[in-house]
Amino acid sequence: MLRRRVIPCLDVADGRVVKGTRFVDLVDAGDPPELSERYAREGADELVFLDITAAPERRATLLDIVERTARRAFIPLTVGGGVRSVSEMRDVLRAGADKVSLNTAAVAEPALVRRCASRFGSQAVVVAIDARRSADRWEVVVQGGREPTGLDALAWAERAVALGAGELLVTSIDRDGTGSGFDTDLLRAIADRVAVPVIASGGAAGPDDFVAAVRDGHADAVLAASIFHYRVHSIAAVKAAMAAAGLPVRMGSAAAA
Amino acid sequence: MTAGGSAPRIAVVDYGAGNLVSIEQALTSLGAQVEIAVHAAVFDRVDAVVVPGVGAAGPAMARLARRGLVEPIRAWIDEGRPYLGICLGLQLLFEGSDEDGSTTFGILRGRTVRLEAAPTLPHIGWNQVVRRRDHDLFSGIADGADFYFVHSYAGAPTDPSDDAIVATTEHGRPFVSAVARGSLLGVQFHPERSGEDGLRLLANFVALVQTDAAARPGAAVVA
Repeated sequence: MLRRRVIPCLDVADGRVVKGTRFVDLVDAGDPPELSERYAREGADELVFLDITAAPERRATLLDIVERTARRAFIPLTVGGGVRSVSEMRDVLRAGADKVSLNTAAVAEPALVRRCASRFGSQAVVVAIDARRSADRWEVVVQGGREPTGLDALAWAERAVALGAGELLVTSIDRDGTGSGFDTDLLRAIADRVAVPVIASGGAAGPDDFVAAVRDGHADAVLAASIFHYRVHSIAAVKAAMAAAGLPVRMGSAAAA
Repeated sequence: MTAGGSAPRIAVVDYGAGNLVSIEQALTSLGAQVEIAVHAAVFDRVDAVVVPGVGAAGPAMARLARRGLVEPIRAWIDEGRPYLGICLGLQLLFEGSDEDGSTTFGILRGRTVRLEAAPTLPHIGWNQVVRRRDHDLFSGIADGADFYFVHSYAGAPTDPSDDAIVATTEHGRPFVSAVARGSLLGVQFHPERSGEDGLRLLANFVALVQTDAAARPGAAVVA
């Protein structure tokens, strides 16, 4: 049976893992490959790097850390942040990533999703959707949540899948960084509308939130950053709670031995 | 120099299908000497060929053809040399793919078909690999262990009780997740992305290659 995945997300700037609240007050939190290896050992099912470097020379640094990570952590790696073309995606995959997550660039140019999917396959294309509640719907926001687009999140989700997205990474901007739990209504509305896996993001505070994202939000995978970075909860504790709730999770041979 | 005492040499075929770092690094960390093969000349100096890859069969066959790799791969398999197909590298062994109607190697009887009745597509994530029979590739790995999958299609043997089927996995319905016929091996999952058990499976493959190479003195000569 297909397992529900637990995915730690690492915010990366200038080749280092950083911690902060919505891109401000950033604090150095270590070497991405080293932290990745630790998470893999602790039972992470996948890893996501979100590159938040603004500098133009960022690409070479990013490719270097992707390659060093792929050499140490033998679990899937998704890279998001700043990929705007097929050739940039090719470079990231060749460096050792398995998937690329497109966000602002996909909204600005939806055809990019189709081009990337037809070149590398849908399985390599994740479309990240940042959504904010507004009255009776959810609106897509871009540029790290700062810029509203007027797009309806559910309609954009369906369109992204039609264009070739193989997974959707759905973040509630209202909940992100608040520790008030995932927006399960948003997740369920999207997950019930598309065939591709939905990754829940934004708002995790504890193991129960992961259970709710899957059980109530119908998510296939759950992503979180700060609760793992700050070691508030371990990946194993989250998975144990999911297993106790009857959800299929991978416990790993090392943990079982 | 006899092959038995040295590191087994493994070619990883590069046909422009994305990430090769993981498989190259995994095999290297297990003691193999890996060479990325963009053309068939590399086959003359290796003990095994690995064909990785994700995506659709048609473009993959076209890229292999452009690099003059189709006939050398077929000849390699026909000679009974060690081959490991990963994901698309397994699907290509069947006769053709429903994904784009392309014709593939046709070494195994059957076609690559879309996963039926799947609750989600693509089938992405960790899923259990349940053995139908024992095979050294899975030595030391628990039956039903989790491996990482990323695909929407899978090879479906014409004969559902084909001896080549080593393991199956369920996503909606069961599909074939590992095959073996002599030295021809294929897995639908990604061992290079499947943590400890994935590395163990690749270590078993490296050991099989080493055994095969030892039984073929002079078959692979260092250039």
